[in-house]
Amino acid sequence: MKISEQWLREWIGSDITRETFCERLTMAGLELESIQPVAGDFSGIFVAEVLAVEKHPQADRLRVCMVKVSEIETVTIVCGAPNVVAGMKAALARPGAVLPDGMKIKAAKLRGILSDGMLCSARELGMSSEHEGLLVLPIDAPLGADVREYLQLNDHIIEVSITPNRGDCLSVAGLAQEIAALTNIPLNIPKITTIATRSDDKFPVEIKETEHCPRYAARSIKNINPAATSPIWLQERLRRSGIRSIHPVVDVTNYVMLEWGQPMHAFDLAKLNGGIAVRMATTGETIELLDGRTVTLNNETLVIADHAAPVAIAGVMGGVASSVTASTTDILLESAWFSPTTVAKSARHYQVHSESSHRFERNINPELQEQALVRATALIQQIVGGTASAIIDKIDTNHWPDAREINLRAMRLKQISGMDIPFASVEKILAALGFAVMTTAEGWHVTVPARRADIHAEIDLIEEVLRVYGYEKIEAIPTTAQLKVQTREIRLASELPRVLMQLGYHEVITYSFIAPKLQQLFNPEINALSLVNPISADMAVMRTSLWPGLVNVLQHNVNRQQTRVRIFEIGHQYIDGKEQNVLAGLLTGNAEPLQWGSPERTIDFMDAKGDVETLLINLGLTVEFRKTAQPALHPGQAADIYTIEGRHIGTLGALHPAVLQTLAIEGAVLVFSLQLDSLAQLTANPPQYQEISRFPANRRDIAILVDASIQAAKIQATIEQAGGEWLQDVTLFDLWQGKGVPAGKKSMAFALTLQHTARTLTDEEIATQMKSIIMSLQTEFSAELRN
Amino acid sequence: MTDLHTLLNEATCELNTVTDLKSLDDCRVAWLGKQGKITAQLKNLGQLPADQRRDAGQKINEIKNQVAALIEVRLAILNTEKISAQLAAESVDVSLPGRRQSLGSLHPVSLTRERISQIFMGMGFDIEIGPEIEDDYHNFAALNIAEFHPARAMQDTFYFDDGKLLRTHTSTVQIRTLKEAVKENRLPLRAIAPGRVYRRDFDVTHTPMFHQVEGLCVDEANNVSFASLKGIIIEFLRVFFSQSIKIRFRASYFPFTEPSAEVDITCQQCHGAGCRICKHTGWLEVLGCGMVHPRVLAMAGVDSEKYSGWAFGVGLDRLTMLRYNISDLRALFENDLRLLQQFSGLTA
Repeated sequence: MKISEQWLREWIGSDITRETFCERLTMAGLELESIQPVAGDFSGIFVAEVLAVEKHPQADRLRVCMVKVSEIETVTIVCGAPNVVAGMKAALARPGAVLPDGMKIKAAKLRGILSDGMLCSARELGMSSEHEGLLVLPIDAPLGADVREYLQLNDHIIEVSITPNRGDCLSVAGLAQEIAALTNIPLNIPKITTIATRSDDKFPVEIKETEHCPRYAARSIKNINPAATSPIWLQERLRRSGIRSIHPVVDVTNYVMLEWGQPMHAFDLAKLNGGIAVRMATTGETIELLDGRTVTLNNETLVIADHAAPVAIAGVMGGVASSVTASTTDILLESAWFSPTTVAKSARHYQVHSESSHRFERNINPELQEQALVRATALIQQIVGGTASAIIDKIDTNHWPDAREINLRAMRLKQISGMDIPFASVEKILAALGFAVMTTAEGWHVTVPARRADIHAEIDLIEEVLRVYGYEKIEAIPTTAQLKVQTREIRLASELPRVLMQLGYHEVITYSFIAPKLQQLFNPEINALSLVNPISADMAVMRTSLWPGLVNVLQHNVNRQQTRVRIFEIGHQYIDGKEQNVLAGLLTGNAEPLQWGSPERTIDFMDAKGDVETLLINLGLTVEFRKTAQPALHPGQAADIYTIEGRHIGTLGALHPAVLQTLAIEGAVLVFSLQLDSLAQLTANPPQYQEISRFPANRRDIAILVDASIQAAKIQATIEQAGGEWLQDVTLFDLWQGKGVPAGKKSMAFALTLQHTARTLTDEEIATQMKSIIMSLQTEFSAELRN
Repeated sequence: MTDLHTLLNEATCELNTVTDLKSLDDCRVAWLGKQGKITAQLKNLGQLPADQRRDAGQKINEIKNQVAALIEVRLAILNTEKISAQLAAESVDVSLPGRRQSLGSLHPVSLTRERISQIFMGMGFDIEIGPEIEDDYHNFAALNIAEFHPARAMQDTFYFDDGKLLRTHTSTVQIRTLKEAVKENRLPLRAIAPGRVYRRDFDVTHTPMFHQVEGLCVDEANNVSFASLKGIIIEFLRVFFSQSIKIRFRASYFPFTEPSAEVDITCQQCHGAGCRICKHTGWLEVLGCGMVHPRVLAMAGVDSEKYSGWAFGVGLDRLTMLRYNISDLRALFENDLRLLQQFSGLTA
């Protein structure tokens, strides 16, 4: 909320510095957002009257004005503002004046005509950031008055952020009370003058929905002067709170709202038909609101209606038809208490956020209504005159907010705060905040003032005491550590990225929602979860795979001249209402960074597979890669990853050329994904030491020719099986297809290590074992032995 | 019999011309081998009169030893030359770049998350992970945020057709963790929950997805208080920023904690002098915290008279930006390699 410091000071006096009370407010929960001077630092600017305006003979955009500066002096001013008119009062900077930007005004010739100063805009005086032409002063502004004094510009706008629980602070009165409590200063509550009323004039008011509106107070004021305008002090105070001056009556209702926190509304009495009824709208009724929109109402909307139609959405906004205009002479002032939920519902449903709804939603003081009417009446009569009726005050006490009495236990206060707060401090704080306090055996019995709708329970009182006492005075208790062992899933998510980093991958974080088209390109078989209210069409569905996000990152970087990209992400994918924690990677470009010592080579499937294997070996897992088919993957270069127990833990492959084409990506792109939830469930036991053989190991190589279609893993498995317990290791070290090898065949060379744990193997034993391995290969794969 | 001195001269000359180890060995064979010239002299001794043999034999052996010594000397010279040549040939330009794979990086937000996790693990916190797709109950109602509570307007929420939503804060994990702890009789409880959260907001200082870490501690009422919350938060911030920073606790409001506080640290940019980053206050807000609202404890099935708790929520992205001096939040999710590369290695 923005408020003028001068206004606040009428309540809190001048004993306390701005810095002090702003600091106290901030520390006690009402954070200072900003302090702005209401005008720039200028001097020597006075009220002047424009007598005549003529076109500048040499310049189309300039005018030559005769400006009266005092009863005896008139000067010539050249002015470029489009809104300069004869008869207006304006701010004139005479030679010697200094503007906020430091400019000193001198008499100067403008296109041949001497200008004896400058007429100023609000912007030039540091009062506004908009280009609105000259600052127009009221017609009754006294000629020759210092503008700074006349407009009371030695003031600051204080903006305080009011948390949703402190609706009571959305007013000068509320803030002033808070400041007084926080700084121990006395509060000057301005006297509200009551005025004589005619008691015979009672406009009919009926509350049909007392649950939603337990109190509705109103009064009519007749025969106001339609020509009167708001005085400058009123306009200025509203402006400093960010509210425009509209009409003296409306300005007064806004002023009283800012001063006391009670939103009010003024109807043109002549346009009200019969009487006021506070009722639910009938579905289908319509109303044209003051913001210009016409809305169709539903039967859950509380409205203020006359005997013909709704004239306002209760607590939210009034209608155009019954609004106060320049020709209004009779008005009806409303000052009511609407249920916060009812107003919140309407405000949200019709998407109106008004100063009024903002306050009603945050609870207004249920004891304010009459007082606000009295205050508004006095101001209205002061400005536009008129005869006020008696106050019509309808109250249903059944739905009245309950009076609250709460016990605060000293023991509980100590438990929550962790320290002993002197009882005298507790009592002083509560009393300063307006609570009535009685001591009891256990602590205190506290009565809550009506305006503090946020205080319901003991814990609320504890917070009040602590925040005013000062969090800084609560001595921190050092923490004691307790040992914990982290779960495997947490460890995986923290350790696997470090392995990938060493393999050259950069971790990325992409949005969990992606473009529906992209989702369909990768997982056409899955119906993705759609957001009802996405932020944009490109972020409309929850991802069913991390690959689309990685592809987006790839494109972003390719567009920035990156050709070698290795990235990964850990995050959730959302499939069939389930969230799966996944690690996914993408790589493209050269296998290694460009370097003199290693030939350039473009990555292929085996590079991706090697990286995935490195990850899995790090986890102590033995896995199996099985050929797979996936819409987004190359059918010849795609594999599912299974544990030896047959549990699916991931997938890897090259992106399908058609997918790459759609995405306009060039070159092979490999992707992989591992399900972290599944990996976490696989228990990894600590390695168990195996005795190292003291006897020599023997290496034997075999080279075979087999059908090209036979999978390497199968051949390896056969060798391992036939090799028996002496076979320690089998490594494929050469693979060749092409020259020297018949078409449809491939040549494979394996290095075998044979070793006995308890003795040296003889050449004969090794030869026999090798023979049996070769025989198995011949029987199972019709392998031919090569030399 | 050849003159032995001539023979020695001849051998010396020949050895001096030998430049490689192979020739040296040939030379050794030619002189001292079975068929060698000096061996031949020894063989010829038999032809001499017996009284001369001993004398002559001694002389030949002297010559033989001298030649052997010359060969040793030559061998040593040639060996030294050979190693020198090898060293010269194998010398490398040590300034050339080594052969290697490029080094990847962890995302700065992950680095921050890991750092925070490490700190809290050291203080005995479990790490919990909750779902991102939540229901109204866990995200709002159970956290004391009723349907038309104004606090809901503070957070614009993403919804799905079935009424589910994307969690707007990690506080949802509070309820899940608490309920589970109550069910399994696991109180007291200390946990943090890092993760993604979502709000419908996209501008210079907001992204629709960002990261938070929730912290929760529930224990018997006498063991946990606002004072112990202050203790842990101060310890955390002190370790996280690994430097002496000023910390202040300001009263604030969250529906699910009471009393609530926002925590500010000295502005890292101006060190308290006041600048644009800290809106000229000298302070930067880094986290929100408070005592878990008794109503929240009750909704999770915890006896709020017997147990108390505190909770905090910290924005990971903001801490990341502060720690690494990143000024644009949106850059965190653009994943430009030129940014990511700056976080390579173990020092980040």
